[in-house]
Amino acid sequence: MQSLSNRAKILEKKPMTLAERAYLPAIFQGLSITLRHFFTKKATIRYPEETRPFSPVFRGLHVLKRDEQGRERCTACGLCAVACPAEAITMVAGERKKGEQNLYREEKYAVSYEINMLRCIFCGLCEEACPKAAVYLQADKMAPPRFERDEFIYGKDRLVEPVSPDTRSKRGIQLTAEQADKLRTQLA
Amino acid sequence: MAKITFDGIEVEVPDGTTILNAARKIGGGVVPPAMCYYTPLKGSGGKCRACLVRVAAGSTKDPRPMPKLVASCITPVQDGMVVENTTSQQVLDVRKGIVEMLLINHPLDCPVCDQAGECDLQNFAFEHGVSTTRYEEERRTFEKIDIGPYVQLHMTRCILCYRCVYTADQLTDGRVHGVLGRGDASEIGTYIDKVIDNDFSGNVIDVCPVGALTDKTFRFKQRVWFTKPMNAHRECSHEKCNGHVTLWYKGKDVMRVTARKDEYGEVKEWICNECRFDKKETTDWILEGPAHVDRSSVISQGHYELPVVNPQIIADLPESTIRDLQQNPPLKLGGLNG
Repeated sequence: MQSLSNRAKILEKKPMTLAERAYLPAIFQGLSITLRHFFTKKATIRYPEETRPFSPVFRGLHVLKRDEQGRERCTACGLCAVACPAEAITMVAGERKKGEQNLYREEKYAVSYEINMLRCIFCGLCEEACPKAAVYLQADKMAPPRFERDEFIYGKDRLVEPVSPDTRSKRGIQLTAEQADKLRTQLA
Repeated sequence: MAKITFDGIEVEVPDGTTILNAARKIGGGVVPPAMCYYTPLKGSGGKCRACLVRVAAGSTKDPRPMPKLVASCITPVQDGMVVENTTSQQVLDVRKGIVEMLLINHPLDCPVCDQAGECDLQNFAFEHGVSTTRYEEERRTFEKIDIGPYVQLHMTRCILCYRCVYTADQLTDGRVHGVLGRGDASEIGTYIDKVIDNDFSGNVIDVCPVGALTDKTFRFKQRVWFTKPMNAHRECSHEKCNGHVTLWYKGKDVMRVTARKDEYGEVKEWICNECRFDKKETTDWILEGPAHVDRSSVISQGHYELPVVNPQIIADLPESTIRDLQQNPPLKLGGLNG
């Protein structure tokens, strides 16, 4: 048949030589390659006992920061949600009541704040958009594997960082030693 | 009729027209911004200085330039006037100063403010201002005043444009809303904490260029850029209100109701408080179609208003949609006749 593109190559099928017909040289060549790999460095690690070193700019699991006085920084402005290309963030805002000034930094706060880790592409645009320096992507944590889809929707219970200054995320606003001490005495 | 040259573009307008309105007749990027001028309100304008322009030639009779920049919203045109707005570096520099001036006492709490996303001051500062602040002093603060169940007053955010005062003056009888005090201490008051309970008092929310007067029923419910505006109307029993509004939807819920606004953010028709605050069900309204949102606005994200439709084959398109489609024909796929 005439080739339509005029680029078809015609293959010639030559008869095999004696060495090729014997198959043994090819088998030994293959086995030697396999054998060589027994003694090279392994490509895998024993996760989760061992972990690979993270890049310092790694963007992992989100954290909602607190300020120096332990108040939530997030004010539910919605800029992270509008910046999110994967539409992974949803939130419900509420008004701070009297007597909650030590809990929330601003007049408005996030009553619920959810990030769907299955939708999230960990691009860090939310971190960039945040005007209150509240959301950060941690450099050392990843969303652990789970069996159920709803377990990947992280609410405030898993996103807001703990009150104790020692267990705070290293990413984002760093407390100085004095600030941490002050905060510890305040909380005690 | 007077013929003026605005930024090198000639335009002919009736005598007595202001420079700003002549520029709006040209339209597009040459229109000066306005924070206090509001066409439906008599006497508004001349307060915020956002619309300052340079008059390079006063008129044909007296072609000397005006010594200072003039507020275009209150300066009437004269035949042969030559006005510079975006073509004058002086105007652009002064506008940066005006932004700084307006922001002296304005709190930078846009993340908290409900007006963010449709705020005139935010747009003005974004388009004309500088990105840094030189201000270190304390901003002025006020004691909180409760002005009723519908309208939230944040006096700290007020830029004293007087729009709401004119609205209260001209729309309602028995004025209960005005500016008290002088200079730095002046503030919008309700005449000794009287609750504004007029049928049209809700319109002060729409005219406010900043977040000083916001809808209490919408307070912190949603950010405006997550809501979708839809034009709708209803038979309103109030004689002065014809019930033409914009509904702001989040999903299937009507988050708030506002009056319809034109491209300069000015209300087309005033609406009554019943329409604005009490009718928040889709069943109360006859929907007309998506409201127009400017492409530069953050609200336009994910907002689709002109679908590719063939009006001839869809029998029961609403009349407003047909009108909109005639004005802005949808993109046609597949060439000129497709």
